Amino acid sequence: MPTPQTLYEKIWNAHVVEQRDDGTCLIFIDRHLVHEVTSPQAFEGLRVAGRRVRRPDLTLAVPDHNLPTTARLDGNGQHVPIADPESAQQLEALERNAPEFGIAYINATDIKQGIVHVVGPEQGFSLPGTTIVCGDSHTACHGGLGALAFGIGTSEVEHVLATQTLQLTRSKSMEVRVEGALGPGVSAKDVVLHITGVLGASGGTGHVIEYTGAVIRALSIEGRLTISNMAIEHGARAGLVAPDDTTFAYLKGRPMAPKGAQWDAAVAYWRSLATDAGAVYDKVVTINAADIGPSVTWGTSPEDVLPITGIVPDPSAFADPSKQDAARKSLAYMGLTPGTRMTDIEVQNIFIGSCTNSRIEDLRAAAAVLKGRKKADNIKWAIVVPGSGLVKHQAEAEGLDRIFIDAGLEWREPGCSACLGMNPDKVPAGERCASTSNRNFVGRQGPGARTHLVSPAMAAAAAVTGKLTDVRELTT
Amino acid sequence: MKPISSVNGRAYPLGLKNVDTDIIIPAPWLKTISRSGLGKGAFEALREVPGNVFDDPAYAAAPILIAGDNFGCGSSREHAAWAMADLGISAVIAPSFSDIFSGNAFKNGLLAIVLPQAAIDRLMEVAQTDNIHIDLETQTVTTPFQDRFVFEIDPFRKHCLINGVDEIGLTLKSSDAISTYETKISAQQPWLTPNIA
Ligand code: SF4
Repeated sequence: MPTPQTLYEKIWNAHVVEQRDDGTCLIFIDRHLVHEVTSPQAFEGLRVAGRRVRRPDLTLAVPDHNLPTTARLDGNGQHVPIADPESAQQLEALERNAPEFGIAYINATDIKQGIVHVVGPEQGFSLPGTTIVCGDSHTACHGGLGALAFGIGTSEVEHVLATQTLQLTRSKSMEVRVEGALGPGVSAKDVVLHITGVLGASGGTGHVIEYTGAVIRALSIEGRLTISNMAIEHGARAGLVAPDDTTFAYLKGRPMAPKGAQWDAAVAYWRSLATDAGAVYDKVVTINAADIGPSVTWGTSPEDVLPITGIVPDPSAFADPSKQDAARKSLAYMGLTPGTRMTDIEVQNIFIGSCTNSRIEDLRAAAAVLKGRKKADNIKWAIVVPGSGLVKHQAEAEGLDRIFIDAGLEWREPGCSACLGMNPDKVPAGERCASTSNRNFVGRQGPGARTHLVSPAMAAAAAVTGKLTDVRELTT
Repeated sequence: MKPISSVNGRAYPLGLKNVDTDIIIPAPWLKTISRSGLGKGAFEALREVPGNVFDDPAYAAAPILIAGDNFGCGSSREHAAWAMADLGISAVIAPSFSDIFSGNAFKNGLLAIVLPQAAIDRLMEVAQTDNIHIDLETQTVTTPFQDRFVFEIDPFRKHCLINGVDEIGLTLKSSDAISTYETKISAQQPWLTPNIA
């Protein structure tokens, strides 16, 4: 009998082009997503070396990070120019580079445009069992479909463009098993925040994590993408969820997914990828769903997670002296005092969006809380940014945009928006934001901005009350 | 890539844990389409604090940085490695690095050296007053006080760093193997090519 293998081992083995004596492998890359920020220097490198793109047919380019999320066409259907000259230059570079190297490009006003990690699954470009890379650390997102997906730097972007491969060493494997069933008001985002709290920001370093257990099985693809999206926040190279009927139902009929007999062959192959009984992970962590409440971060590392019912910790309570120091710095930056109840923390800004939480289900969850309610007076800025033009269209068809607008939130065009302080959507210095994005780093949402990571329903609840709020108090 | 075999000089004793890529180079600096000039934005938020190590004349133009656990966590932005190189840093010593950062560092000839916390604590002390020497050939970090710490490095990476190997050029030598793989896989899994219209 062949040795039992994990999902990760199966995907890895299927992509080895060559193995060197020291164990490093040349790994074939099935899908490459390209955006405007991490690609200009890579294309420039190709140009200088006189190299071409080996497989433009496996490459898809879409702008997202820099794009303003305000209207892109004016009343006459003319393109609204981008005010920031550097952003404009970077976007123009992608617009030029894509056709020059024969790569398909989704432009800023195409309904298919959106955040790379929303577009890939939505178009059926991302498939189970494939290797997917992108010059963005949240590429692990696509692991929600059972793809081995990870973020790469610009030199690696250039390497993949030129060779369609990467030189890689095999990671260790970890199983994170989430057993039980989620309580009311607890979403995939709360699960992944909780996991990050348990593992720590570097707990997964050197590993590829497979998320398993009843909770993960019961999640929709949107939820699984949310979980895998944040694998990097606990240090993992990639996250994976084994493909199953939920996955196939999600992908069937997507524009770039296989069709007809090809589809059947693909599904048969995808079914064979699940981790074999008896396969061994290097590490196993088990989490009980009953321990997961609606979660929120208090500090400047995604590991700084608490249930919303918690209180701001005292730095001296941490065992590790370097963590004590980090916690002190975090609290100073966040302007928080130990002992404060999380639910007593006022916020001024709300951001619902990012590749973690901007899919249709996320918007539905937020709208369910906001329906018939208004944002609190102390909320100065509240925006909802759909992950793609198609998500936006769907949300509008369901009337979600009206719910947001009636509640006093702004309804925007798709893009990365306030997930990172790069485009015009920023949180002012010293102000707090309840944000559905994935990083609460110092300055991530703008210089001096204070981020509290939450789920879409929790962000909506904070919009209603003007402070961090247990969403269960508004829904039950 | 420029060959690199040793680094000698002062070290910024930063020591901070979880130094993320937004700290190394904040997002507004990522709008560039070139690899150079990012040193001005390196560690911007830390440098706003008076008395920070980066603006302490004692460490001016130090080629080494000493940091805490999980250095370079966060984003895949290679701008982090470019910014550090542009600041004149050739090596970072820390108890652990994020996977993406150590890859990016390597690709830019920036040494990411892993040493246990006890060694880091000692080097932080030495860095206050004296130079630190890193030798890639012998895989050692030494001080004028007879400290000698041995570090591990992937032999392939070591070879590439010392010889300044262009990795893409190296991989292109395997073009035939890549073609063979492509032919095999498109026969076995014809559905793998996406319907990009
Ligand atoms: S939404 Fe944020 S994390 Fe996601 S791709 Fe954009 S910048 Fe990266």
